[in-house]
Amino acid sequence: MGAPQHLRGLERPAGAAGVGCPEGDERKGQWMKERIFADFPDRTTRVQRLVKLPFGKSVDIAYKSIKVRFFRSLITTLSLVLAVSFLSYTDVSNDIANGMLAGRNPEMRQALIRAGFDLDPGTTNVAASPKQRWIILLSLLVCTVGIVNAQLMAVTERFREIGTMKCLGALDRFVLRLFILEAGMQGLAGSVAGSLAGAALALAGGVIRYGTTAVSQAAAGDVAASIGLSTAIGIGLSLLGVSYPALVAARMQPVEAMRVEQ
Amino acid sequence: MPEISHVVRVSSVTKNFKLGKIEVQVLKGVDLQIDRGEYVSIMGPSGSGKSTLFNMIGGLDKPTSGKVFIDEVDIAQLDAYELAWLRCRKIGYIFQTFNIIQVMTALENVTLPMIFAGVNNDAAVQKGMKLLEQVGLADRHSHKPFELSGGQQQRVAIARALANDPAIVLADEPTGNLDLTTGEEIIALLKRLSQQRGVTVISATHDFKMLNVSDRVVWIRDGRVDKIESREELSISIGRIGTRE
Repeated sequence: MGAPQHLRGLERPAGAAGVGCPEGDERKGQWMKERIFADFPDRTTRVQRLVKLPFGKSVDIAYKSIKVRFFRSLITTLSLVLAVSFLSYTDVSNDIANGMLAGRNPEMRQALIRAGFDLDPGTTNVAASPKQRWIILLSLLVCTVGIVNAQLMAVTERFREIGTMKCLGALDRFVLRLFILEAGMQGLAGSVAGSLAGAALALAGGVIRYGTTAVSQAAAGDVAASIGLSTAIGIGLSLLGVSYPALVAARMQPVEAMRVEQ
Repeated sequence: MPEISHVVRVSSVTKNFKLGKIEVQVLKGVDLQIDRGEYVSIMGPSGSGKSTLFNMIGGLDKPTSGKVFIDEVDIAQLDAYELAWLRCRKIGYIFQTFNIIQVMTALENVTLPMIFAGVNNDAAVQKGMKLLEQVGLADRHSHKPFELSGGQQQRVAIARALANDPAIVLADEPTGNLDLTTGEEIIALLKRLSQQRGVTVISATHDFKMLNVSDRVVWIRDGRVDKIESREELSISIGRIGTRE
């Protein structure tokens, strides 16, 4: 007997084939892995060797994380609320205008033209003008950059927390999932609040400018669709904004994280 | 080839760091064996490579050359999942700055490693409470870290390090941020728990109070092991220790 059973195959230099080691990179890798697993003294099944974080627990941690840093989260979310409410305001305003045009009432048509809509004779549909679309696009862009900035700050602030979690056995994807869940929750809350606020403002503005009868002609389905679309875009932007910071956080080596002075 | 298995074996480990364009060799070939259940202190001045060696043993950093074996497994061979598993189940970490997760209560901090290890919530809470009891904090389980003193936070960290019954507890300057009395309490607690549970404790430290409880002391100087002293040798030379530079 040479080396003890548990040492065989582990002492040779990397790349060199040991006794009984099959050829071919893939099979060799598998063989090495089996050797390593056989060496851990408590022999449990393969499944139990994996570290895990149940989804419910991740949601729980993410929710608490937001709650503890409520004021910060609020500010991060605020830019999203503003951008989404602007989007929703514009969409719903157009819905109202379309509702008024659909009634084919020349008085309402005049009211719209007075309010600043460029209506050619015979037009029965108002869509966002190119200028409007530009402004919306810019506002969304600025908002996304704001989210990226805020989330990068959040990641830096939490280097130590992330490092600690990794020392306790967290995988990259646990960290990724936590950040995405947090952003998702913030995105959902911010987008819903923003799109409802925007729609409410548009309806209120419509009532003041054109009167209740005009606004009541707006198709409820269209308004709902506008709110829904704004919400979805808001959540999407929130997730887009967090993706790079979350990757930075997840890829961080625990030793780097621990080196950071606080 | 050793017949008894060492829980930690470091064999001719070197580590280089790049500082700008200059490459600095922090560890210059360290060999070290640590047996199961031992209480080992790694001592040395700052900049001696103590923390670097410590990070290698904890699987937090990879050596430039040489090998680190935990339970006779070369940790360089482990992939990300296996490394995470090792950190979760085999090693418990205690830090100078406590590193309690701020958003969680004491109990949640202790149960987190068990959740990662796949223990179900009720069992984790039960065991977490038992561990907090052992470190004397059962009545403060629902407190957040900022409501706890430094010593209490370190106790939570000790309970958390022991959550998955690791083979090794790594303590990096565990008393560095604590006053004298609290430091002594933490050292006594570590020693008591290591004896009760047969856990190997490895601590990097400046603190001479640690020497009284250590089975062996490893002195690191300039990236090499200067000398290794067992407790008996220590008590003979203890008069000198205070006067060491």
